[in-house]
Amino acid sequence: MNFEFADELLAVRDGARSFLAKNAPTAAVRRVLDGEAPYDAATWRAIGELGWLGAAIPEELGGSGLGHEGLCVLAEEIGAAVAAIPFTSACMAAEAILLAGDAEQQRALLPGLATGETIFCLALAEGPGNPHPRAVKAEVRGGRLTGTKWPVADGGIADRAVVVAGDADGGIGLFLVELAGPGVTRTALESLDPTRNQARLDFAGAPALPLPAARGWAAVEAVLERSAVPIAFEQIGGARACLDMARDFAMERHAFGRPIASFQAIKHKLVDIYVANELARSNCYYAAWALGADAPDLSTAAAAARVSATEAFHLASKENIQVHGGMGFTWAADCHLYYRRAKLLSLMLGGAPWWKDRLVTRLELTNADQGA
Amino acid sequence: MDFADTPGEAEFRAEAAAFLERHAEPLTGANAVIRGRVPDEELLRRAREWQALKAEAGFAAITWAPEHGGRGGTPMEQVIYAQEEARFAVPRGVYEIGLGMCVPTVITHGTPDQHARHVAPAVRGEEIWCQLFSEPAAGSDVAGLRTRAVKDGEDWVINGQKIWTSGAHYADWGLLLARTDPHAAKHAGLTMFVIPMRAPGVEVRRIKQVAGTSNFNEVFFTDLRVPDSARVGAVGAGWKVGLTTLMNERLTVGGSVGTDFDEVFAFVRDLDTEDGPAIRNPAVRERLAEWYVRSRGLKYTRFRTITRLSRGQTPGPESSIGKLVTAGKMQEIASFALDLQGAAGVVTDRAVAPMGALFQETLLSAPGLRIAGGTDEIMRNIIAERVLGLPGDVRVDRDRPFSEIPAGKR
Repeated sequence: MNFEFADELLAVRDGARSFLAKNAPTAAVRRVLDGEAPYDAATWRAIGELGWLGAAIPEELGGSGLGHEGLCVLAEEIGAAVAAIPFTSACMAAEAILLAGDAEQQRALLPGLATGETIFCLALAEGPGNPHPRAVKAEVRGGRLTGTKWPVADGGIADRAVVVAGDADGGIGLFLVELAGPGVTRTALESLDPTRNQARLDFAGAPALPLPAARGWAAVEAVLERSAVPIAFEQIGGARACLDMARDFAMERHAFGRPIASFQAIKHKLVDIYVANELARSNCYYAAWALGADAPDLSTAAAAARVSATEAFHLASKENIQVHGGMGFTWAADCHLYYRRAKLLSLMLGGAPWWKDRLVTRLELTNADQGA
Repeated sequence: MDFADTPGEAEFRAEAAAFLERHAEPLTGANAVIRGRVPDEELLRRAREWQALKAEAGFAAITWAPEHGGRGGTPMEQVIYAQEEARFAVPRGVYEIGLGMCVPTVITHGTPDQHARHVAPAVRGEEIWCQLFSEPAAGSDVAGLRTRAVKDGEDWVINGQKIWTSGAHYADWGLLLARTDPHAAKHAGLTMFVIPMRAPGVEVRRIKQVAGTSNFNEVFFTDLRVPDSARVGAVGAGWKVGLTTLMNERLTVGGSVGTDFDEVFAFVRDLDTEDGPAIRNPAVRERLAEWYVRSRGLKYTRFRTITRLSRGQTPGPESSIGKLVTAGKMQEIASFALDLQGAAGVVTDRAVAPMGALFQETLLSAPGLRIAGGTDEIMRNIIAERVLGLPGDVRVDRDRPFSEIPAGKR
């Protein structure tokens, strides 16, 4: 039994932690929050050069070949730093291109993704509602995409989009669109988490190339599941940071002549966060292994990691504000950065109820297989 | 990451499996009752025989040093043996308190004479132990205990009452924490003793629990006389000695299992409702998902702990969450499964209640799990202080003589 990341990945994690603490403090996040920059370009460039974005991309395609487990340990640190970079979108696009791109597309696209020179986004949603094939109205006819996608995370800053759209055969496919090209109109959307760009993308006959190696709704689900694992690590990273903040504050803040950390109402609250974080971390570890090993129960493992990480970050981010009291509700305190990010990450791949239902569906299928 | 044994672990696992296959029946639905039920004469007899077999084969005290009758094995080997034994219908629940808590305390703090007298018979299953710490007025606050031990010549004379003592009615020996100096501060006036449970002056009364069974007891001491050689550790050092026992208790209880996700999943797939199987109901599905991630979260947390053990490290702080999560989850699952049964949920008759009345019985036993071995609240305090490093409670009684601390009415 070796249910821990390899020593070299733990060293990567520690290096990432100190790098981000030094180079991506929340002051950098706040410049994006306050509208001074669309994203933290300096951090983005730096982690591209360090090979983080290409962790799960093979070396011959421009990646750093750390593997999915490496991507996961890095995602946790990026989540803890609540970095204002289009990392989540890069994870989703990389999975889509690795899954559905042909060899030539992979050679052409992945090196730029891995260095961060090309910013990608995944355009799936078309208004309110969780992912569903019938909700996909955008379509490609004769190589031209028509339709509207919103919200698209990082759609306003991306160079290229992987777009989910109907095809001429009445099926669903993944298409690559140059966002600076003709037939694309981008409109910025205000959002709960201004540290991550959100846009509406209107396509009016924009040139769209199919990613032909995987098609149908199953391909979309596979992209969501595989992306859900590193994103769950981003979530537990955020939850860990919230617990650390809440603990540090409670140790220093005095009321009634004592640190508030000495009151059981606060102690037990912090323990409940700790317990949720540890359960989520353990589910995430298993999912990281399942993703790296392409295990048959990857779907179940990814959904379980997603559900528990979403719950943990939600709990930690809201109770962190509560522990901080009135100060936690101010713009100046960092608590709200995490509260906003928790909700963003919980929604951008489909909300918690949707993933819970998927999880149970997977369990029903697995159990039926075993019975047969 | 991988889930394979090291070569050494695989070798030990094969040895353990071979022993179990030779001497025990694989667990089935029919023989599962042997585990976890309240021991009766028949179960005690079978438990004794099984313990003797384990001792003979070197599996009774895997991590203990050879001079104490142990195998000198690793905690990882203990885990592997437990994993293998879990697949077999062997008697459990009789020796865990002695070998898991009491005798390790005697080994750590006792004299060579005490080792010589007590360790070997416990390992071979010839003698059963119980733990005599909790009292009517000292539950979570164990150090508030009032049972008195008074020095009389070379002897100690013990008077008082213990409670919640599992197995006291069939135990041969008890590990007793008593107050030897009521004028010292609360934690400083305690001393540990080994007492013979069948001596005159010891009276055991069964306590009927919520579930109707009786595995707990009250134990009364009336002028029980023991020699000074029954003392474990120094006079006044009882609290420190007792912490050894309690830390072992939390590890032991934390590994227990019960009604869990798999049981409720099977139940809701089979339960027919107006709208088809209950599992089609979104409210049911949402709860299932929540229990699944808690259940598997605990399983993989155990994997993390086992990984540390396998590397020769001590378990990390994550290992402390098991009992807290398990107990609450069991109670929730039982209550929800009964809600789905409607009026019939009240029926506990195993012949007609779904799944042999599993959920009804769990509803009645779960409150005990949230209390035994440290209440949910005490577990949260422990995690808060030991894992998160938060300050201890403000103690209004710490530095006062015990005799001057106010006592409540309950």
